[in-house]
Amino acid sequence: MSDLTRYRAAGSDAPDSGSWGAWRAVFQRDLRIALRRRADTGSALVFFVIVVALFPLGVGPEFGLLRRMGPGVVWVAALLASMLALGRLFADDHADGTLEQMLLSPTPLALLVLAKTAAHWLASGLLLVLISPLLALQFDLGGEAAGVLFLSLLLGTPLLSLIGAIGAALTVGLRGAGVLLSLLVLPLCSPVLIFGAGAVEASQAGLGVTAHFSLLGAMLLAALFLAPLAAAAALRIALE
Amino acid sequence: MSAGLELRDLACVRGRRSLFRGLNLTLAPGQLLRVSGANGAGKTSLLRMLCGLLAPAQGQVLWRGHSVHQAREAFHQQLIYLGHAAALKDDLSPLENLQVATRLGGAAADEAAARQALADAGLRGREHVPSRILSQGQRRRAALARLPLGQALLWVLDEPFNALDTAATAWLLGLIEAHLQRGGLVVLTSHQPVALSDRVAQVSLAL
Repeated sequence: MSDLTRYRAAGSDAPDSGSWGAWRAVFQRDLRIALRRRADTGSALVFFVIVVALFPLGVGPEFGLLRRMGPGVVWVAALLASMLALGRLFADDHADGTLEQMLLSPTPLALLVLAKTAAHWLASGLLLVLISPLLALQFDLGGEAAGVLFLSLLLGTPLLSLIGAIGAALTVGLRGAGVLLSLLVLPLCSPVLIFGAGAVEASQAGLGVTAHFSLLGAMLLAALFLAPLAAAAALRIALE
Repeated sequence: MSAGLELRDLACVRGRRSLFRGLNLTLAPGQLLRVSGANGAGKTSLLRMLCGLLAPAQGQVLWRGHSVHQAREAFHQQLIYLGHAAALKDDLSPLENLQVATRLGGAAADEAAARQALADAGLRGREHVPSRILSQGQRRRAALARLPLGQALLWVLDEPFNALDTAATAWLLGLIEAHLQRGGLVVLTSHQPVALSDRVAQVSLAL
């Protein structure tokens, strides 16, 4: 029937079809939604700024102490802020049925999970990284320490998003998923915290930071490969 | 080996309750399968099982002779599943939703074709509003607009006529009939008999 054939002008070998097209579609869709829901996107950022700002107020303006605890405080706050945004990573898609459509796509699910995680990091983790030099000022961190903090967060926050994606996939569709997610993911994130904050402390002490960055980079590469596979397997189980 | 969909000794258990067992059925190209049954009889579970979203407790689902779990990607290339939820993102417009859905299905998202599909679905002039302000029926139409786009052979539709008015029902019946005459397969759940012309084969299954 000609009624149906007129839609078929675009063949399946067009440039935006196939796995790459599906990857880009999911990535762009999630970024677009993040842009349209600025209140949700911004809340994690505001939380991050407020938590970090509370510490100098609570501890008092003692430079030596602030300088020592600054890297740890910024890192812990970044960890908690990324937890806040994580709950929605798959929950919204599960609620409106688009998660099922992702499971039924001919594109491997792990690739789509990677696209979602990448968009999620751009809309949450990257913002935290960008504002961190400003927060470093509150703790009287020098230029070099602030730079190391920036770089360690740049390597570490994608890692938090990737590890978090596994937790978010495991808890999708559960009641009280938010608390469970934090309980699952926070312990797994502790190595990231240790090496991220450790890098800044090492630079403050005048030691080299190459080892810390190498370890963070290695963890990031491993997570880039393994986390989407684990999250995809968890999603298939969660949706049964 | 069949050219279509085959269910072999399929059983479904949800919780501790056995919903159905020993289900054998073959659906050839050009045939429609209507699944009917009381609420909670397992219609949606059967549909999810056909798609590979739900693992059968026993037996298997074969598409062209291959288990849908083993040949997952090749099978999903041929499949469109529309469940209870319309799978629309509330913050995106129907046009954006449609383009994402077709690209996710592995086809190209030609904008002119997508606009045409939405216009045929009765959503002309609504392409760019946020999907959140659409009515139930309009959401359903926006989801169904995906059917004529892409190359899928097997349509699995869960209660597709829900919330549709008479005009939209006629439009959907037209789409289904055209699809069947092209050699496509349709599986749907519906409480009413599907009013298609006698030329297309219908298989009814009461759970």
